[in-house]
Amino acid sequence: MSKTETILELRDLALKLGGKNILQNINASFESGIVHAVVGPNGAGKSTLASVLMGLPDFRYIEGDILFEGKSIKKLDTDKRAKLGITLGWQEPARFDGISIRDFLKASAKDKAEENLEKALDAVGLSPKNYLNRDCDKTLSGGERKRVEIASILVMEPKLTLLDEPDSGIDVEALDKMFEVMQMLKQKGSSVILITHSLQVLKQSERALLMCHGGIRDSGSSEKISSYFHDKCMPCDLKYAAEQGIPYDR
Amino acid sequence: MTDKKTARHGAPSALDELLSSINKTADELHDKHTAHLVVHHNKVLGSHLVPGLKLDVEEIKDGIRAVIRIEENAVIKNPVQICFGMLPEKGTQKIIMDVGCGRNSKISIIAHCSFPNAIDISHIMEAVINIEDGAEYRYFERHVHGESGGTKVYPKAKVNLKKGARFATEFELVKGRVGLIDIDYETTCGEDSSLEMTARISGYADDIIKINETGHLTGKNSRGFLNSRIAVRDTARAEIFNKLTASAPGARGHVDCKEIVQDKAVASAIPVVEVSHPQARITHEAAIGSVDSKQLQTLMARGLSEKDAVALIIKGLLK
Ligand SMILES: Nc1ncnc2c1ncn2[C@@H]1O[C@H](COP(=O)(O)OP(=O)(O)O)[C@@H](O)[C@H]1O
Ligand SMILES: [Mg+2]
Repeated sequence: MSKTETILELRDLALKLGGKNILQNINASFESGIVHAVVGPNGAGKSTLASVLMGLPDFRYIEGDILFEGKSIKKLDTDKRAKLGITLGWQEPARFDGISIRDFLKASAKDKAEENLEKALDAVGLSPKNYLNRDCDKTLSGGERKRVEIASILVMEPKLTLLDEPDSGIDVEALDKMFEVMQMLKQKGSSVILITHSLQVLKQSERALLMCHGGIRDSGSSEKISSYFHDKCMPCDLKYAAEQGIPYDR
Repeated sequence: MTDKKTARHGAPSALDELLSSINKTADELHDKHTAHLVVHHNKVLGSHLVPGLKLDVEEIKDGIRAVIRIEENAVIKNPVQICFGMLPEKGTQKIIMDVGCGRNSKISIIAHCSFPNAIDISHIMEAVINIEDGAEYRYFERHVHGESGGTKVYPKAKVNLKKGARFATEFELVKGRVGLIDIDYETTCGEDSSLEMTARISGYADDIIKINETGHLTGKNSRGFLNSRIAVRDTARAEIFNKLTASAPGARGHVDCKEIVQDKAVASAIPVVEVSHPQARITHEAAIGSVDSKQLQTLMARGLSEKDAVALIIKGLLK
């Protein structure tokens, strides 16, 4: 086994939004070449953390530091971070009027050859013949759009992929396909961080962090975190969802 | 009128230059199954007709008066190619059109309007279009302007749709400066007829875009769709006034306006919907503002610079 390297390190990371502490005291390191999960109940701060890592405009005023391959990236804009090899798959991806799936994939792709785009669509279970010319707009179902999102990440060949709730909106049959693609990303050399509140997705990871109330409560092997999450967080989350009137889908 | 041979005469002619400004050559117009008309200022440089299509052109001061008739039941298979334009830097071109589509006829026209050297050019179009029962008229107008902003375009039309008639028009100006464009269209829609208008315009520097489109859904089960896609930057201005009225049972309409605004540009949209029958329905949707931030962030998270991401999003909007 090769020596593990740290691809991403978070040092005393904290973020306030609207005067509220949303993330606090986050210290973590992610190893290169494996699938990680950041798991936690609704409102824990997981998506916020993903936005901070990607450097999205509303999430730039952080305390602490983010090191990617040993270098601070906290002053870099989103596109500069992407150029270094970091990307994010949104929970609910954006729709683009008038942009074909081919053009969307091409914009993302390192190798823009048609055959490469086709391969990526095949990998997510969409037939290139039927989809390349379709627009990446609201005529796609949620699940289709989500698969296109993953395909656009495959062709980008990133070093670190953040996937926010990769299973949401995906039907049961397609879910295994998604899990295959996550392994594929890993095989292609990308480290993966799955952002999730699903036990099923958590099980796809090797290492996991447990988030609650904007902080990290625990970290370790996925098995260890799974049982804690199942026993402690899910009942709490159910209660939270009921109080907030959020439809609970797990 | 009879054909006026569209051919090259030795030295580069106005015809060649006009056609090359729209990426065409005279040779491309030689297909005898495709009708065409090329007008420079007030001179017809070439024309060709196909069975079922009648055209009478009178050259007037500063333009032409054209009477276009599509015979009853005539189906014109290939889109008719029209080119209106002016090569000089200054002047006025006035196109007066009287279009009549006979019952159950079908035609599609692609009009290229080109003013590649314009410094002060006015292009005025006044059209009356009558589309008889069951007929279909499609009109696609693409403008190619120079970079000086010296073109003023005034397309004006009154359209009347009879029972089951279809009218679809698209106006595109995405290359070169707009200058000033002031569109004024009014359509009355009879029973079971359908109206579809799309404008795709991109303006910059101090361009001015004005659209005033009205559709009256007066016939039972008539349909109307007004669609505007506008991008403005620098100090360009866009004012979109879309009005649909519905006064008959089963009439359905939708007004859709999307405008992307950058820099110090200003865009406004005034969708007016007026329904005066309980079984009619019109909806409208308008989105005006900067580039959608989620779209922008997504493309940037795939490595595109902000500039490239905005360009791709606007290209999509204007497609
Ligand atoms: N822009 C914002 N301003 C204020 N609070 C926010 C903002 N965005 C998110 N939050 C709050 O931050 C907390 C974490 O949200 P989020 O990261 O979306 O949680 P998760 O993805 O774990 O469900 C929530 O309480 C949410 O309401
Ligand atoms: Mg979330």
